[in-house]
Amino acid sequence: MLKRKQAPSDTAFLLTITISMFVVIYILSIMFLGDKGFNKIQMLFNLFNENAALIVIACGLTVVMITGSIDISVGGVTALICTSCIVCLNKYDFNFFTALILALAIGLAFGAVQGFLIAYLEMQPFIVTLAGMFLGRGLVALIEVNQIQVDNKGFELLSGARIEIPFLGDINKKGVFIQSKLEYGVVVALIIVFVMLWLLKKTNLGRSFYAVGGNSQSALTLGINVKKTRFNAHLLCGLLAGIGGFLYLFHTRSGSVQQATGLEMDAISASIIGGTLLTGGVGNILGTLFGVLINGLVLLVVTAIGNQDPWWPQITRAGMLCFFIVLQSIICSRKKK
Amino acid sequence: MQNILLTMKNIYKSFPGVRALQNVDFTLCEGEIHALMGENGAGKSTLIKVLTGVYSKDAGEIHIKGVDKPINVKSPQEAHKLGISTVYQEISLCPNLTVTENLFIGRNEDLLVNWKKCNKKAESILESLKIPAKPGQQLSNCSIAVQQMVAIARAVDMDCKVLILDEPTSSLDEQEVAKLFSLMRELKSRGVGIIFVTHFLEQMYEICDKVTVLRGGELVGEYQVSELPMVELVAKMMGKELGDLANIQNKGKLNAESSKEIIVEAEGLASDRGIKPFDFKAHKGEVTGFAGLLGSGRSECVRAIFGADRVIKGRLKIKGEEASITSPLKAMKKGIGYLPEDRQRDGIIGDLSVRDNIILALQTMRGFFRPFTKSQAQAFAEEYINILGIKTASADTPVSSLSGGNQQKVILARWLLTHPDYLILDEPTRGIDIGTKVEIQRLVLKLASEGMSITFISSEIEEMLRTCSRLIVMRDLQVVGELEGDDMTQDKIMYTIAGVSK
Repeated sequence: MLKRKQAPSDTAFLLTITISMFVVIYILSIMFLGDKGFNKIQMLFNLFNENAALIVIACGLTVVMITGSIDISVGGVTALICTSCIVCLNKYDFNFFTALILALAIGLAFGAVQGFLIAYLEMQPFIVTLAGMFLGRGLVALIEVNQIQVDNKGFELLSGARIEIPFLGDINKKGVFIQSKLEYGVVVALIIVFVMLWLLKKTNLGRSFYAVGGNSQSALTLGINVKKTRFNAHLLCGLLAGIGGFLYLFHTRSGSVQQATGLEMDAISASIIGGTLLTGGVGNILGTLFGVLINGLVLLVVTAIGNQDPWWPQITRAGMLCFFIVLQSIICSRKKK
Repeated sequence: MQNILLTMKNIYKSFPGVRALQNVDFTLCEGEIHALMGENGAGKSTLIKVLTGVYSKDAGEIHIKGVDKPINVKSPQEAHKLGISTVYQEISLCPNLTVTENLFIGRNEDLLVNWKKCNKKAESILESLKIPAKPGQQLSNCSIAVQQMVAIARAVDMDCKVLILDEPTSSLDEQEVAKLFSLMRELKSRGVGIIFVTHFLEQMYEICDKVTVLRGGELVGEYQVSELPMVELVAKMMGKELGDLANIQNKGKLNAESSKEIIVEAEGLASDRGIKPFDFKAHKGEVTGFAGLLGSGRSECVRAIFGADRVIKGRLKIKGEEASITSPLKAMKKGIGYLPEDRQRDGIIGDLSVRDNIILALQTMRGFFRPFTKSQAQAFAEEYINILGIKTASADTPVSSLSGGNQQKVILARWLLTHPDYLILDEPTRGIDIGTKVEIQRLVLKLASEGMSITFISSEIEEMLRTCSRLIVMRDLQVVGELEGDDMTQDKIMYTIAGVSK
């Protein structure tokens, strides 16, 4: 019998493309835009610093998208977490830990309620989380209309802390060695990426997400509690939105009604670029991580080239998203044949 | 005597207005492959669903080996626990997971799974059942047959004693069927009782030990396969006795003088729905019929002619001209009309009015950018409501509020309005009252005498004999014969289906 070489799975294929895209763009930007700072290690660190919160939130979206659902409330939830935590830190003597608990509670509450409506009452995920998005923004305005800053010594001290890895740094124009600085939020985000990676690959819960997204009817006959799995996905997304929102606050130290507008769309596009299918059943966390990084990198590159106008990054990302969606549909149609 | 594994006794089940099962008995022994056969509405799937707990039975007893009391299955999950597993035609596995995951997921609630151990276990299961798949392979990369085998393997590994295979071979090719059969034989030798639901006669004879035939919700009988010739099986499924020559009057002879002008001619036509290449001719003013059992490919043939399925081989001539029909719209423009088998799904649009439903086909041919005026549409609708005697409050009534027979007439009106040269009626009389049935048959004969060529398909053989002047006989997706004139008798049809020349 002729042994055919095992074709790599679609997931692996899409992941390879995403990662190699990132590497290629990064190398090209070092080659051609090195003088704009791309040859500095700090640039790479900044990419992570700026996107740590988005990485965590995008992980949550990947999970719900794998189950075939969607959550567009995460931007509103992030804004709500920032403002309410700041108010509590400034006025009610909250410290770092109580603020963290508040953030997680808000995220979980949104996840639980939306998950219940979507999973058990079988409402449309898009509509339910659209309501969640409006609710989040509305509550922000209810708490505080103006932009506010964190005014809490302990919290500021922690949020100002940076990791410095010995000998990892750049030499500036004057020839002085400057340490590259990494925020603690990045470490948290990376830990979460690894935890989610393990959870989706190895655990019963993670595989159930894939099963439900792939074919919910089959999942039911296989003995999976489909409703509970859907609920868990939204609860997990809520938890990650809570963590992500807190990282966002940790990084920006400010809050406003318009904060994190479109964050949910960034997270969705990162997931899609990373190989997650909107139809459910396919997706992976590593791809999402690189999806976020590619988005961030393209933004940096486009600004560095000198197109300061805000539409160029948008148009570039539209093009990229298009490219990946076309790629996915080609792969899907090839498989059908 | 073999050990009895499962007995179902005096099972009754009715739905509003329908008696789906009446006093049905069923017995399954260890290591036996038992076929369950019957035509549409015979009650096969109802019986299976009662057994697996999808429906609750109205009366009767089910016993399974190892349980002293009669069992009362309330859900498929409970059936699983009792050792009753079902593998459906549509595979109920997750294609985006690996083979191992499909074998083991959902079987416990633990958060952590030792996938290494599972992979090893999966490998030994696959090996022992000789299933050509690797544990880590994604299921969607396996062929349909292998996917089905994995589903069976899962059932077997969950200690199933009774395995129900519901039309498993419908989407498999011959080699895959052979593989599936060898797996079934392997399970048989392990003592698993298999219930095999199929409509393929030859496959049933190849693999099964016993066969239980149902018809109209009642038990016809249980037979040893080796002692039952195919022609008798066909007779039992159709509910006719051999040599029963009553009421065979060939009224189709009325159109004996039908002209020799050929309207539609198919040469070696084959579609992607698995129909074997067939030849077919329809003359002007002639009523032709496709006869065969359920699933023999009657509808598939006419769907290929109408362009509703993708034609992969063969040629089609319409009025002597070669025509390439790739879509129903093209067929309509060439003067072919098709009244589909399932009027609820493919035919009526329930929320639209009788008028809108009637003008739909004509409007499509004319193009939606040139709509009829309301008065034109009203005139068309009223004309055909009168001609066909459609019982409706007004032309504005939504079709869904009409009775089945009148809905059927509405669809008929829709096609008659387009004045087709060739009209295909696929089961136009199913599920409608006897009076309307007769009306429709008369109408068919009248239309034919006015020069229309008609193909009439029905599960009821008398209807076909009464209306058709020529019958194409089919078995297992293949045309096996053609009967005309005096040859058209019930016996001849049954012998032709069974492949016995007489």
